[in-house]
Amino acid sequence: MILTFTPEEEAFREEVRGFLKEKLPARISEKVRTGKRLTKADHEEWHSLLNERRWYANHWPVEHGGPGWTIPQRHIFEIEAAAAHAPSIIPFGVSMLGPVLIKYGSEEQKKYWLPRILDGSDWWCQGYSEPGAGSDLASLKCAAVRDGDHYVVNGQKTWTTLGQHANMIFCLVRTSSEGKKQEGISFLLVDMNTPGVEVRPITLLDGEHEVNEVFFTDVRVPVENLVGEENKGWTYAKYLLTYERSNIADVGKSVAAFAHLRHIVETQQRGGRRLADDPLFAARMARLEIDLDNMRTTNLRVLAAAGEGTAPVAESSMLKIRGTEIRQEITNLARRALGPYAQPFVSEALDEGFKGEPVGPDYAAPIAVEYFNNRKLSIFGGSNEVQREIITKAILEL
Amino acid sequence: MDFQHSEDRQMLADSLGRYLQQQYPIDVRNGISASDAGWSRDKWNELAELGVIGALFDERVGGYGGTGFDIAVVFEQLGRALVVEPFLSTLMAGRLLAAMGETALVEQVIAGERVVAFAHSEAHNPYDLADIATTASPSGDRWLLKGGKAVVPQLASADELIVSAHAQRDGEADAAVSLFRLDGGSAQARVQDYPMVDGGRGGDLWLDQTPASLVGGQGEAYPAIEEAVAAGIVALCWEAVGVMDVIRDATLDYLRTRKQFGVAIGKFQALQHRMATVALEIEQARSAAINAADALGGDRDRRERAVSAAKYTIGRVGTLVAEEAIQMHGGIGMTEELPLSHYAKRLTMIGHQLGDEDHHLARYSAIGRAA
Repeated sequence: MILTFTPEEEAFREEVRGFLKEKLPARISEKVRTGKRLTKADHEEWHSLLNERRWYANHWPVEHGGPGWTIPQRHIFEIEAAAAHAPSIIPFGVSMLGPVLIKYGSEEQKKYWLPRILDGSDWWCQGYSEPGAGSDLASLKCAAVRDGDHYVVNGQKTWTTLGQHANMIFCLVRTSSEGKKQEGISFLLVDMNTPGVEVRPITLLDGEHEVNEVFFTDVRVPVENLVGEENKGWTYAKYLLTYERSNIADVGKSVAAFAHLRHIVETQQRGGRRLADDPLFAARMARLEIDLDNMRTTNLRVLAAAGEGTAPVAESSMLKIRGTEIRQEITNLARRALGPYAQPFVSEALDEGFKGEPVGPDYAAPIAVEYFNNRKLSIFGGSNEVQREIITKAILEL
Repeated sequence: MDFQHSEDRQMLADSLGRYLQQQYPIDVRNGISASDAGWSRDKWNELAELGVIGALFDERVGGYGGTGFDIAVVFEQLGRALVVEPFLSTLMAGRLLAAMGETALVEQVIAGERVVAFAHSEAHNPYDLADIATTASPSGDRWLLKGGKAVVPQLASADELIVSAHAQRDGEADAAVSLFRLDGGSAQARVQDYPMVDGGRGGDLWLDQTPASLVGGQGEAYPAIEEAVAAGIVALCWEAVGVMDVIRDATLDYLRTRKQFGVAIGKFQALQHRMATVALEIEQARSAAINAADALGGDRDRRERAVSAAKYTIGRVGTLVAEEAIQMHGGIGMTEELPLSHYAKRLTMIGHQLGDEDHHLARYSAIGRAA
């Protein structure tokens, strides 16, 4: 076993650091570092800078515009980008739809849609969940009925992340009610500017507009926007979810967030000493750091074993569970560390250029909302309870 | 980055695994474990012939391994078969003797000819490697030891004892600890020999003006002790990984075959979620053991942090896995007849050797703050 990186990989790390230092705008990294809101333009600017270097679709095959990175290279990029406070790459187009099109799309679809993902012509969002189909996703009802060379879509999607920015949505729609519920689902690409599509915001417990409801009323979608075969959409959806899960351990983000937490804990005073020197809090920190270290190795093991792209089923579910637990625990400890200063909430303080008087320590403003926002981690992408079902189904083979 | 074992190591693991499967089934193991000595010289000699001891030491002292991952593959297999022979003592004592330049004795250890126990920890503060009360007073060209050592594996049956103590000069004890070899093994000391709850035997040692000779330089033993114990922790962690894999497979099998309410009990969500957590935690523990094996050859702070992280993880996860496996088996999991109960006991007791999870969590934290 060799856990270290090769000299070539270390050289690559330097290349990534150099790129980040040169290209990542300080204005944007400062917003990430201080927990400020990122705008659509911020994300687009970063995506475009990455794309200029061919590093945006960094897990795509070379022939479609990927850089041909190895797994350790991708890991290094993830760690370094997060450490430099780069924004996370918004996954819906490049990490979710892209791999599905590459694997299951027609030549025409690949030729048309993939370049538009790369250059940011389209902002994609995901139309999976419905009010009655959350964990039980396959019971979805949003229907597409064939009418000549169009599908007519009627129904509702929900929890559509950043749907307010999107011009395109990839949807799971019901095209048949016969047989098993998984066998009547199709994968459809819908232009959100089509008449009959309506986006309504959902405000979350942190006061933020991150997710939406999307309503479809007699929306006409050209049949060439069907991906793969009719009624085979569940297969593609599952492929996409495995892809989604292989990124969901989010080790880079946890490592960066833990470093920030450590800074807070070493700065906060409690009873005349650093909070870091309080034995109970130190024990919480040590448990978390060890869990993170263990997960980092598990993540590398799974990536190495899986080879390219997707991760094995049980293991990626394990990573989803532990990865999200760790990220939740980091924000949980940050919230505790602040003591009473977790309570004040000045929403404007999270906007760029806030000129008001800060309340409490300079890192305090986003902490509580990040904690509340991160409750989503164990719910989305298949709740952690659903992941446990997946694990036992895979290892029990019952 | 490569998470596969090298071909040589994999071959060693395979041949050791095969030998244990054929020659060391659970009923044979339980018989050996309950015997007077608590382990078998015959099996010991066969395992030495297989090269299992040699794999724990590097070429400079006559072995052919000695890295963290050599230790890992051996102890993982030993764990899978619940081997009770004195491998942990041999690993730690042999490493210490090698560090102290006792090459002749190390050769005998590697050949399996002499079994050496390392008596270090003491009842008043058993997990703190630096807190030793035993003293050694000069007497001619020898030393006389005074003190006590707690729960030493295979104490009574060891051929040689290596004991740590603070040497005294003019009535003042050295701040740093030294190592001593007891003249005539344990014969000159009082040994309380007892069976262990997880199999085999251990003992307490009382030294009262017990003659011994200095091993290595006076007051120079501590870094070597810390390193040898780090190797011992890597070994225990991998033994635990082997034990946990067996427990997981047995429990999965039980969930598939045991029927209640007309269905396999693995159909019940309450058990599925428990099982998923167990499987997930075992993989985390394996990662911790990999990290520790990797760090064994590294600098001191990195090594000690990694072994404490691993021992903490193994302690926490080991108890969880043992308790959950018994719970999921129900009544049958409580029986002596089922191999599972022996695995569960060993796994839990690994948490009591060389520092428990609380000790190592605090230690990990302290090393991190000092760094």
